[in-house]
Amino acid sequence: MIEVKNVSKWYSSFRVLDNCSLAIAKGEVVVICGPSGSGKSTLIKCINGLEPFTQGSIAVDGISVGDRSTNLPKLRARIGMVFQNFELFPHMTARQNIMLAQQKVLNRDNAAADRKAQELLDRIGLADHAGKYPAQLSGGQQQRVAIARALAMDPIAMLFDEPTSALDPEMITEVLDVMVRLALDGMTMAVVTHEMGFARKVAHRVVFMDQGTIVEDAPKEEFFGTPRSERAQQFLSKILQH
Amino acid sequence: MFAGFDFDVLIKSLPFLWLGMQLTLQLTVLAVGGGLILGTVLAVIRLSPIKPLSMAVAAYVNFLRSMPLILVIFWFYTLIPRVTGTSVSSFYSVLIAFIMFEAAYYSEIIRAGISSVRRGQISAALALGLTPPQAMRYVVLPQAVRNMIPVLLTQSIIMLQDTSLVYVVGLRDFLTSAEIVAGRDNRPIELYLTVALVFLVVCFSASRLVNLMRRRYSL
Amino acid sequence: MGAYNWNWPILLKEPYFGWIVSGFGNTCLIAVIAWAIAFPLGSAVGLARTTELPWLRLIGTAYVELFRNIPLLAQMFVWYYVVPELLPNDWSQWVKRDMPYPQFYTAVLCLGLYTASRVAEQVRSGIEAIPRGQRHAGLAMGLTPGQVYRYILLPVGYRTIIPPLTSDFLGVFKNSSLALTIGVLELTSQARQIEEYTFAAFEAFATATVLYCMVTGLVILIMRQVERRTRIAGTIALGAS
Repeated sequence: MIEVKNVSKWYSSFRVLDNCSLAIAKGEVVVICGPSGSGKSTLIKCINGLEPFTQGSIAVDGISVGDRSTNLPKLRARIGMVFQNFELFPHMTARQNIMLAQQKVLNRDNAAADRKAQELLDRIGLADHAGKYPAQLSGGQQQRVAIARALAMDPIAMLFDEPTSALDPEMITEVLDVMVRLALDGMTMAVVTHEMGFARKVAHRVVFMDQGTIVEDAPKEEFFGTPRSERAQQFLSKILQH
Repeated sequence: MFAGFDFDVLIKSLPFLWLGMQLTLQLTVLAVGGGLILGTVLAVIRLSPIKPLSMAVAAYVNFLRSMPLILVIFWFYTLIPRVTGTSVSSFYSVLIAFIMFEAAYYSEIIRAGISSVRRGQISAALALGLTPPQAMRYVVLPQAVRNMIPVLLTQSIIMLQDTSLVYVVGLRDFLTSAEIVAGRDNRPIELYLTVALVFLVVCFSASRLVNLMRRRYSL
Repeated sequence: MGAYNWNWPILLKEPYFGWIVSGFGNTCLIAVIAWAIAFPLGSAVGLARTTELPWLRLIGTAYVELFRNIPLLAQMFVWYYVVPELLPNDWSQWVKRDMPYPQFYTAVLCLGLYTASRVAEQVRSGIEAIPRGQRHAGLAMGLTPGQVYRYILLPVGYRTIIPPLTSDFLGVFKNSSLALTIGVLELTSQARQIEEYTFAAFEAFATATVLYCMVTGLVILIMRQVERRTRIAGTIALGAS
C-alpha cells in the first residue's frame, strides 16, 4: 500500500534522510522510533507530500507522490494524518473541524458530513463536546478529535506523527486507546512514537531510525527480543529504563 | 522620460540641500534622545503602583497618540510663545513638539518591553534570594532591553521620516530645502525624486541593519 | 497667559463653524476612501509575501520597502508635483486640467498606497504567526493551498490582527492631515486657517483636537466590540489599543 524506495533528502550538505526504504502492506501497523532528529517525522511527512524529498520514490496505492503531475490534494484526502500538536483549527468547533474537508474536498452535503461527524464523535466518546472550540478541550480530547477528523475522510491509511508527545501523561492512554482500537479494526497505520507499550500491543513491525537512515526494520517480536544493531539496543535501554 | 533629467540643478543646489540635511539629522538626534529620556520616565511612572500618577501618564500617552503630529506641531508653535511670552525660534518649538510626541510612543514601547518579561522570571529571581531591585536590574531589564531595542530603533527611523513635517512651519530641513529649490528653479521632478531616493536608501539600510542586529544577537 | 482673550463663541459664527464642519468631513472622507484602497491592496501585498512563490514574495517585499522607507510628505509631493509630469501627454493634460478635485484625490491615493504597506505588514505577520502545522494539517486533509488560505489561515490571521489594523486605520485618519500641504482643506488646515483669521488659536486647535480624540475613542470602542464578537471561544483577546 505504501512503498518508500531509496528516498534521500538533503539541504546543501546536511542529510536529513539517507536512502530510506520501507514498505507497508494493507492492514499493517508499523511503528517508527528513534532519537530526536533521526528523520522519522520527516520521513512520515514525505509519504503524503508535505515534505519534498530530493531522491528516490514514494508510491501510495500505486500513485507516485513525488511526481509533478500527481494531484496531491486528491491523494492526501485518502491518507489521514495526525500531528504532534493536534493542529485542530482554532476558529472551528470540534464538529466543524471534522466537517470541513468532508464538504470542501469530498463535496459531501451538510447533512452527510454532520452525520459522519456525530458518528465519529460518538465513537471517540466526545459526542457531548461537538460544539466546543479546541481551546475549550483538553489536549487528549483535542487529539481524539484530530483523529476523528482524519477518519472522517474514510482514509485508506493513517499516518501518526508523535501523536502523544505533546500530551500530559494522564491523557496519553485515552489517545492510545483510540489508536489501538483502530489498529485492531485493521487500519493500515504508520506511527512515529516512543510508546513501546503501544508497539508491543498492536504493531506488526518496528522500524528504528538514526541520523536519517533506517537502521533496523524487524517484526515486533524480533525487535523487542534481540535488536540486531547496537544503536537500537542503546535506544531501547534508554527509553525503557524508567 | 529621464532624457530631460537635469543633474546640474542638483549639483548646484547640493550645498543648500546639505544644510537642510544637517537640520534634519540634528532634529532627529535631539528628538530621539529627548524622547527616549522622557519616554523612559513616563514608562516608569506608568508601571509604578501609584495609581493617580500612572493614570495621568496613561491619559497623556493616549491623548498624544490620538493626535496627528502636524496638529501637535501647530499647538506648540503657537502655544509656546504665548505661554512664555517670549518668541522662541521655530526650531525649538518644533523640537519640543517632537520630544513630547515621540515620548508618548517610546514610553509605550518601553512599557511593553518590560511587561513582556514573564512573571515567572521575577518569581525565579526572588526565589534565588535577589531583592526586587536586583531582580529588576539583573533579570528583568536585560531581557526587556533586548525585546525593545529593535522596536525603539524602528520607531526612530519613523521619527527621521517624520521630521519632514517641519515643512508646515517653514523650517528648512532636507525636504523643505528641496521644495524651495524645486519652486525656484521649476525642477520638481529632479528635486523630489532625489529626496525620495535619499530617504529610501538611508531608511532601507537602517532598517536592514536593525534586522541584522536582531538576528545576530537573537534579539 | 492671563492676558489671553478667550473667544469660544466665534467658533459658532460663520464662516468659521462651516470651516470646521467641512474640514472634519473632508478628514473623515479622505481616511475612509484611503482605507478602502489600503485594506484590499495591503491584504493582497501581505498575502503575496506569505506564499511559496519567490517572485510574488519579491514583489510584495519591494512594495512594502518602497512605501515605508520614504517619508509620507515626500510621497505626497511626488504624487502631486512629479507624477503628473511623468504621465503620457494626454493623461498628464487631463490630470492637470480636467481632473476634479486633484488635490483631494492625490492625497487619497497617496495615503491609500502608503497605508497599504502597513496593512501588508500586519497581514503578513498575522498569517506567519499561525503555526506551520496548521497549513500542514489543512493540506494533509486534501485541501488545496487556496482552500487552506480561505478556510484556515485567513479567518484565524485576520482575527489576531484586529488591534494593529485598528491603529493603522487611526493612522490613516491622523495622516490625512498631511493633505493640507497640497492644499486640501481638512480639519487641521481649517483650524490653522481660523487661527490666522481670528487669532483664536487655542479655541481652534482645541476643537480640532477634541474631534480627533473623539473619533479615535469611538473607533477603538467599536473595534473592541468587533474583536469581542469575533473572538474564538476559549482564547484571550489582546485588546485594541
